[in-house]
Amino acid sequence: MSTGKYKWIGTRVDRPDGADKVTGRARFGADFNMPGQLIGRVLRSPHAHAIIKSVDTSAAEKLPGVKAVVTAKDLPEQPNVIVPAGEMQVNLRDITRNILAREKVLFEGHPIAAVAATTDAIAKQAVELIKVEYEVLPHVIDVTEAMKPGAPVLHDHLITEGVKPAPTKASNIAKRMDNTKGDFEAGLKQAEIVVEREYTTQAVHQGYIEPHATLASAAEDGQVQLWSTTQGHFQVRGFVSRLLGIETSQIRVTPSEIGGGFGGKTVVYLEPIAVRLSQKSGKPVKMVMTREEVFRASGPAPGGTVRVKLGAKKDGTIVAAECEIALQAGAFPGSPLGPACWTSFACYDIPNIKVVGFDVVSNRPKVAAYRAPGAPISAWGVESTLDVLALELGMDPIDLRLKNAAKKGTKTSYGPTFDTIGFVETLEAVKKSAHYKTPPKPGYARGVAAGFWFNVGADSSAASHVAEDGTVTVISGNPDIGGSRASLALMAAEELGVDYSKVRPIIADTSSIGFNFVTGGSRVTFATGLAVVNSVRDMIRELKVRAAKTWGVDPDAVIWEDGVAKPAGSNVGEFEPLTLSQLAATAGKTGGPINGHAQLNAQGAGPGFGVHVVDLKVDRDTGCVHIDRYTAAQDVGTAIHPSYVEGQIQGGAVQGIGWALNEEYIYNAKGRLDNAGFLDYRMPVASDLPMIDALVVEVPNPHHPYGVRGVGEVPIVPPLAAVGNAVARSINIRMTDLPLSPPRLSAAIDAATPKMAAE
Amino acid sequence: MAKMHITTTINGEPTEFLCDPQQSMLDVLRDNLGLTGSKEGCGSGDCGACSITLDGRLVCACLMLAPEAEGKKIETVEGIAKGDQLHPLQKKFVEFAALQCGICTPGVLVAAKALLEKNNNPTETEVRFWLAGNLCRCTGYDKIIRAVMDVAADMRGAAR
Amino acid sequence: MNDVRYSAPNSLDEASKAMMAAGGAGRILAGGTDLLVQMRSGMQKPGVIVDIKKIDEMMSIQDLGGGSFRIGAAVSGALIGEHKALKKAWPGVVEAINLIGSKQIQGRASAGGNLCNASPAADSGPALVAAGAMLTIHGPNGRREIPVEKLHSGPGRTTLAPGEILVSFTLPARPKGSSDAYLRLIPRTEMDIAVVGVGVNLTISGGKCTAARVGLGAVAPTVLLVEDAGKALVGSSLDDAALEKAAAACRAACKPINDKRGTIEYRTKIAGVLLKRSAAIAIERAKGN
Repeated sequence: MSTGKYKWIGTRVDRPDGADKVTGRARFGADFNMPGQLIGRVLRSPHAHAIIKSVDTSAAEKLPGVKAVVTAKDLPEQPNVIVPAGEMQVNLRDITRNILAREKVLFEGHPIAAVAATTDAIAKQAVELIKVEYEVLPHVIDVTEAMKPGAPVLHDHLITEGVKPAPTKASNIAKRMDNTKGDFEAGLKQAEIVVEREYTTQAVHQGYIEPHATLASAAEDGQVQLWSTTQGHFQVRGFVSRLLGIETSQIRVTPSEIGGGFGGKTVVYLEPIAVRLSQKSGKPVKMVMTREEVFRASGPAPGGTVRVKLGAKKDGTIVAAECEIALQAGAFPGSPLGPACWTSFACYDIPNIKVVGFDVVSNRPKVAAYRAPGAPISAWGVESTLDVLALELGMDPIDLRLKNAAKKGTKTSYGPTFDTIGFVETLEAVKKSAHYKTPPKPGYARGVAAGFWFNVGADSSAASHVAEDGTVTVISGNPDIGGSRASLALMAAEELGVDYSKVRPIIADTSSIGFNFVTGGSRVTFATGLAVVNSVRDMIRELKVRAAKTWGVDPDAVIWEDGVAKPAGSNVGEFEPLTLSQLAATAGKTGGPINGHAQLNAQGAGPGFGVHVVDLKVDRDTGCVHIDRYTAAQDVGTAIHPSYVEGQIQGGAVQGIGWALNEEYIYNAKGRLDNAGFLDYRMPVASDLPMIDALVVEVPNPHHPYGVRGVGEVPIVPPLAAVGNAVARSINIRMTDLPLSPPRLSAAIDAATPKMAAE
Repeated sequence: MAKMHITTTINGEPTEFLCDPQQSMLDVLRDNLGLTGSKEGCGSGDCGACSITLDGRLVCACLMLAPEAEGKKIETVEGIAKGDQLHPLQKKFVEFAALQCGICTPGVLVAAKALLEKNNNPTETEVRFWLAGNLCRCTGYDKIIRAVMDVAADMRGAAR
Repeated sequence: MNDVRYSAPNSLDEASKAMMAAGGAGRILAGGTDLLVQMRSGMQKPGVIVDIKKIDEMMSIQDLGGGSFRIGAAVSGALIGEHKALKKAWPGVVEAINLIGSKQIQGRASAGGNLCNASPAADSGPALVAAGAMLTIHGPNGRREIPVEKLHSGPGRTTLAPGEILVSFTLPARPKGSSDAYLRLIPRTEMDIAVVGVGVNLTISGGKCTAARVGLGAVAPTVLLVEDAGKALVGSSLDDAALEKAAAACRAACKPINDKRGTIEYRTKIAGVLLKRSAAIAIERAKGN
């Protein structure tokens, strides 16, 4: 994997936070406590849709031990404006209502009030004492139902955006989005074969093992401290500032270690409530969600419907492609519709593309980002339909994709033209792999699918400090969700030419480093990595100045190489190289501490492509699926720490496998979630899976000094269709509705072979 | 509410605590004793993040009442390393990148240690089924399974 | 706040008295793997928790000879799985009890608790029904014995009277050529509640099935003893026709519901599929005995 080009990059060093995380020492969200803290609990709606006629908190307030109660009245009203939130956009008017319901409750689990009490038991009892009078309204859960005329309307003010002329009546369709390339209808006329299918997917949860947790301490002088498990402590600060009307610099948010997020911890639920409770009570307030609350009221990824139509020549050249997507936004507008639309055909160089998307509200929790938000849903449709095409043409699925693969110079349907990308290389790596060259075991069938993610740049800040002994601290501001400290330290060590063990990466709170956008979108190693590299370069510039001062030469006459300052050439003079520790020891005489800083809005994120291959067997009697072999190939740019790159690929693939096979939100007739726990929300367990072979392809991103693209998002995109395509080839039935759970597969098999059905 | 006085042994240390009768062992470990290494992922025995051993037997601390600790021996993740020496499983997990976010890691380590103490030659399938009660959402389990198998192989090598 | 008391008596009489004194607010604690979950969700709000793990009779396994065993109701699944003689004699019962939850759950959960929680989907049920297990119940008025299939009166409900405690279950002696098996269907490979569970216990002599019992779980309000399935097997050479007849009897016995774990059609079909598969395992085992 390593080309020998680098000393540290590409090595599998121990992560800096390893010992803390294998001994229980690392402190996650719920592990923070303060003396005198209260425990906060939330009252949540039992109804999917109801008008709140009144909220009476008087009995709760009178309960001994209760120190504060808050309702929506304790949060200021917000304007109807959209602001960026993590990988998605949120409307401030909506988000304050999502945090504490105002006029209506819009989903089961919708928070209505919260209490802070001296013990958890008292807080729970107080929650039960709050009386809410509801007028229950008809509800709607399903996207297709919610789009129908006559469906219960969630928001009286919601007029569909993106439609001309604008509708006059409110509906549940928040937005229509169109993007096109060429002329789809004209392209279709050239097609010799046309295939079309419709698909559905269900809402799935990110499934991070650590529930949301926060500890808030608001002091009497208006300063607020927060400890929170989040993918973006700067976002937490921003939201708390806006939603509570507190000046940003008065708020200091310290991120805890984070027990998984996958996009789900880029928004706020508890933090504004905890701060308000702390302000009202004058005490620190700790709040931790139960698992049930996480399922009922934190953002899942949307379910949706996808229709795909492909027109191709007999040689497999795709000449026209259409995709229509409708996504559940949950109770408030704002599904990841854009990425779902834009990624749909991004893997392919197709002259004529038409994509239409709808953002639809229904009585479900507001969705949040989940690993490549939106992309797996459109890929489920597109990659399944491609498989239909491959089967009809009798073409190898890799060859069909190679024939149409996007490459440098391909213009996307959403605008940009690709620079250097590695889709072809990834397809070819799969074709050459031992897995693909070996036929599936008897009784097993093989599925193939591809996936795409933009990868993200955005705002990052970093600082590098030389300590008195010449060791280095690298400070950044993105919570380490899966080994990013190691990647950042590796790049810093490489840049500086010093041993990895001499570089200590630190994640600073919001007051100790400049702004950083969330950990998400596969941006940290790319964008924050760039900031770290630039901060080290800034520090090296200063180191050269100090060496120059020591030698009495011009700074331009000094070079930095292999961790030491050297004269640029023999004409500069004869000087012994100066090491970091030597320069640090004399820093007081040469100008004081030696630091470097960088801040940037990273441009030039390199898109990533993945191709997955799965061999599986369907038990025709039970509909149970057994996965025998799985290979996930991906162009990662450069693998800074190969083990964590593989880990991202493996973890993403398995989340996708769960999405394909068993995970789904199940609602009952009352609009209540029926499986709000890990028992019946079935994420893959260790015994469900084989080893996941991560095939790392490295086509460096030309816009990063070390070629980084970003890794984490892509691997969740292909598995849905890879599994579905293998199932289709196993049972000769094209399954279009996820998940491919045993009852659903069994019913499909029985429907195709009526005699096998029971009785 | 009358508190109960419980005398037990945790990670080899004689320990006393006061608890409510219906308090879980997990809550006592985390809230009363400051042993926050055991995590709560679900509170219903479905995720394994609170795995501990009770008289050598692997259990979920969230499904054990604190008064049941009376006279028993409890081991948590905090007791796995000996002095300044990490346990071979702990070392291998870091070396193999068998953790990403690390929230499931304490429970996985306690469970894996219990397995290897019982069977130092498990098959991959045995490791996978033994750890089926420990949910990990980050790794896809691959590197966890490899780390456990590798430590088992080291143990067998050392025993030879 | 409700004031909860915890007691861990050393004798059944004390335990029974404590339960009587608590009125309806007493709850037995064995492994706690159901009780603590129910307490946490607010489904159970006990006033008194009676931990019965200090009662020797409830914590021991007795080999009564001839393949008969008496197993304390509070013995954990892990201990049952480690009992070699029991596992050899009743592999179906042991595998069913060992399927209850993860290794962590196995460290605590007991077959007695699994039965008394009275879920129709409990894994121990079909295997113990097929085995013909007899339950020993201790109450304020002394002891009584009932067949396991008489314990449940509906989902979450048992026929135990106030103060009565399930003490042990006894697996009967069986002739040579007997064995049993249990299979369940779950969507994953572990950590799920059975969508359908089937226990088969049979005896083969001279190539013919001389005795057979079939227990069926998760397809009706209580675990079922499917007598017609047993009858279909007895007297046959356990050929495909007999197995299909028994499978049909299982399907006919199903009165399932549609829920988050499966549909009526699916459960009914799977009852037949699993009958055939678990019978095949039991036959193979019986031939080796």
